[in-house]
Amino acid sequence: MADRLELPAYARSLGITMTGEEDGMPVLSVDFGPTVEGRPQHFHGGATAGLLENAGYAALRTALLAAGRDPQLKPINITVQYLAAGKSKPTFALGRITRLGRRNANVAVEAWQDDRSRPIATAVMNILMV
Amino acid sequence: MARSMNMPPARFNAREASKWFFSHGHTGWLGLKFADQGDNWVELELPWREDLLGEASRPVLASGPIISLMDMASGMAIWQASGSFTPVATLDLRVDYQRAARERASVRGRVECYRRTRSAAFVRGIAHDGDPEDPVAHVAGVFMTIGADPRTGNKALKGGANG
Repeated sequence: MADRLELPAYARSLGITMTGEEDGMPVLSVDFGPTVEGRPQHFHGGATAGLLENAGYAALRTALLAAGRDPQLKPINITVQYLAAGKSKPTFALGRITRLGRRNANVAVEAWQDDRSRPIATAVMNILMV
Repeated sequence: MARSMNMPPARFNAREASKWFFSHGHTGWLGLKFADQGDNWVELELPWREDLLGEASRPVLASGPIISLMDMASGMAIWQASGSFTPVATLDLRVDYQRAARERASVRGRVECYRRTRSAAFVRGIAHDGDPEDPVAHVAGVFMTIGADPRTGNKALKGGANG
């Protein structure tokens, strides 16, 4: 499934790659480096949000492909909760579809580093499908 | 007046701090630029760039860089309001997208810090692509102060008059 997905230019430019799969949904990751650094040796909140957002879209695309749908996606909103500082190590993110409707989808995303059970950030996204 | 080692640090100035902030790291990679500032607000610019596209079919900036723009403008608005560069951490940031940015348009983010408490700072703002009356997005956020980090000093002030 994941091999049919293509990440947007922004995600590739930031260094985001698809590294695995969990519960049928793609796991995205980004290594620590200058493109994601905020205060010294920590992820910038915007870079973490970018990873979360891309994981949300990747999850939704995966669910839509499985349903034989290929709509254009438009962001309605995103709320990001920052739970712990993003340290200088790889960060992973996975989206889950909370609700897939005809016109809009609600997606929950979480990001973690070396401890899968300790998320560093979560997001809820509403996405319009046209 | 003689300046002693005990002189208070220079007041945070977003225009001067931008020189250091945007020279490296995530915001340097994005190419953020200082645009304007007030007592409690800062406006930054995210220049148009081909490799920041959100989708292949339309030459429109992805929403991810816009979150980075608003997050950075939020932090700088807080420092602008408080006058000092005290590290803050984003706790909660919400972005409501009214419409896509125009094709090949730069996006500006203007954020104000409308309330500060001992440990939290509240911000709100808009992203626009030319006309602030027709925003691309609205943003609201809460930040927490995380205490001064003695290891890093006030590098943001280095570009300032007293740096």
